[in-house]
Amino acid sequence: MTGDDNANGREDGGRDDEVRGARRIPGPRSAADDLDLSALPLPPPVPATPPEEPRPGPQPTTPEPETAVAPPAPSGPPGPTAPPGPPVLGHRVLKALLGAWALAACSAEETEAVEAHLTECAACADEALRLRDAVGLLHTDRSLDLDPTLRTRVIDACLNRRPADIPVPDWASPYDAETARLDALLRDIGDSEWHAPVRLKWFESEQETTRKTTVAGVIGHLMTVDGLVGTALGLDVALGDGTRGPGADWPLSPTARTEKYWSAVRRPPTRRIHEPWREQSHALIRTVSFAGRGVCELSVSYGDFALPMHDSLLDRAFECWVHGGDIANAVDYPYAAPSAAHLNRMIDLAARLLPAALAERRRTGLAGPARHLVTPGSPGRSLHLEVEGSGGGDWYIPLDSPAALGSPAHTVAQVALDGVEFCQLVAGHVPPVEAAAGQEGDREAIRDVLFAAASLSRL
Amino acid sequence: MQQRLARGEAAALGELYDRFASLVHSQAHRMLDDETAADLVTREVFGYVWENPDAYDPKQGSMRSWVARLTHRQSVRRLREEDGLRDDADEGGIGLEERVHRATAAARADYIVASMPAPLRAALELAYVQRRDYRQTAADLGVTEDEARRRLRLGLQLLSTAHTRPLEGTSPPGYGRPL
Repeated sequence: MTGDDNANGREDGGRDDEVRGARRIPGPRSAADDLDLSALPLPPPVPATPPEEPRPGPQPTTPEPETAVAPPAPSGPPGPTAPPGPPVLGHRVLKALLGAWALAACSAEETEAVEAHLTECAACADEALRLRDAVGLLHTDRSLDLDPTLRTRVIDACLNRRPADIPVPDWASPYDAETARLDALLRDIGDSEWHAPVRLKWFESEQETTRKTTVAGVIGHLMTVDGLVGTALGLDVALGDGTRGPGADWPLSPTARTEKYWSAVRRPPTRRIHEPWREQSHALIRTVSFAGRGVCELSVSYGDFALPMHDSLLDRAFECWVHGGDIANAVDYPYAAPSAAHLNRMIDLAARLLPAALAERRRTGLAGPARHLVTPGSPGRSLHLEVEGSGGGDWYIPLDSPAALGSPAHTVAQVALDGVEFCQLVAGHVPPVEAAAGQEGDREAIRDVLFAAASLSRL
Repeated sequence: MQQRLARGEAAALGELYDRFASLVHSQAHRMLDDETAADLVTREVFGYVWENPDAYDPKQGSMRSWVARLTHRQSVRRLREEDGLRDDADEGGIGLEERVHRATAAARADYIVASMPAPLRAALELAYVQRRDYRQTAADLGVTEDEARRRLRLGLQLLSTAHTRPLEGTSPPGYGRPL
């Protein structure tokens, strides 16, 4: 393309400025050529190319004005201030209208006046052509949402070409993947959607419990509880009032911590929480990458219980997915399950936590008594948890003691359910009485395990 | 970021992706109009950055503009490769150079819209996407009608440089003539 190149002569590169073009654009009200029409050479009757000739390409909005060439300017010297029909608008006003005109965003009278003017003013006709071409470059299709699986594919391809000197530990990869997926969702939603109501659900005191918040409130919750991992790593965490610090006086229990965070924020949280949340998750990944094996077993305290770092990040990945799903529901977006490999690890974590949860329930009388005494480390009565579909597998949950080993040979009951369904149960989104498609064997054992699974859920 | 990439920190690669993937993918998609091709360009661009973090020179502009240039280069390469596979008889269609030019202008336009001052972008979006006239646009934005007209015109003027202006300075060396 050559026609408009002259406009470009002044360009000299080198500055780090993404909108530097702005400075080159002549101010719209540079008075010199706006008013002094007589100083302009009289335009040729009509520009050879009418401004409407669009560059090829989509041009969905603007109806082609067909009047550009007509009405033929009356013979004699064109009188710029006296167009025949339309309202009398001066050059300056018409020129200011060119952008709106190119976008078909002015009134019919104004359109007519502009077009009459274009037949007699070369400067405006030239600009009109450029602006009209520019409209052709706009498009309405929203940028396509990135395929969430692309991230893994791209990063894996990169790492094949050049292995990382400081890799992200394998046990941190579910957290890396889930925070990235949630991040992508959050980038896609509009300002107002951050205030969409979300009802968080979990299972507590033997029944479904809910808590109302907003999309931004959920991110605050995730950020605050992720802060437990940060605290274990010695990082400063967000304290709700906009500051960061070690948070030494903050409760460790996820629920109490979240409530404290929510009440510490002065105004209802907005999308401004996105960045600190993302920064913190990036910082966690970065820190564990550098620390590597050194922190894999580091204990992360949740108040009533603790998890080793690798399980803790897996648990945070799980929460991130579950709450990502809550948010997606609230704003009506699709949100897929984690990859099969990551889902499998999440299910495995829940399965490993089940025996202790069962014992705790037994201690408080919520589960039936142990039937046998098992020597620690030897196989005992077990429930066969058969998880189907993506991420699935077989787990044998020891029923009588967390110290016992699950064993296929000692199976007294079997439960079969889908992987995502099992996770919904563990998240407290599905009540235990409704979970499990297939059940076989000792009914009490099945009930105890399903309730124990639901009891793993929390705010 | 550059140092972290040079040091081989995989976490930095993830952050780089989170920052620029949508820019790269949408620009490639705009130029190639094909999802799979855009995926491949995305892979190539990040692969290049990861393998050659030192190729970025902060004096030449922001990392964002560097990544945009790389994307442009990769996309043009694909256009040329596709063209090589095509029968020479171009069924009355447009030639390669024209295709490259159009793709380039389209991608530049997106880049310009994405990086123009937010008030201009908001005005253009109202007028173009929502089909508001400039008076409604003024009301929606809470500005005078004068100001709405000014923003629309200025926004389009910026956008019109897509046809002529090289993407953020000159084309990177090693790839044909400047476009």
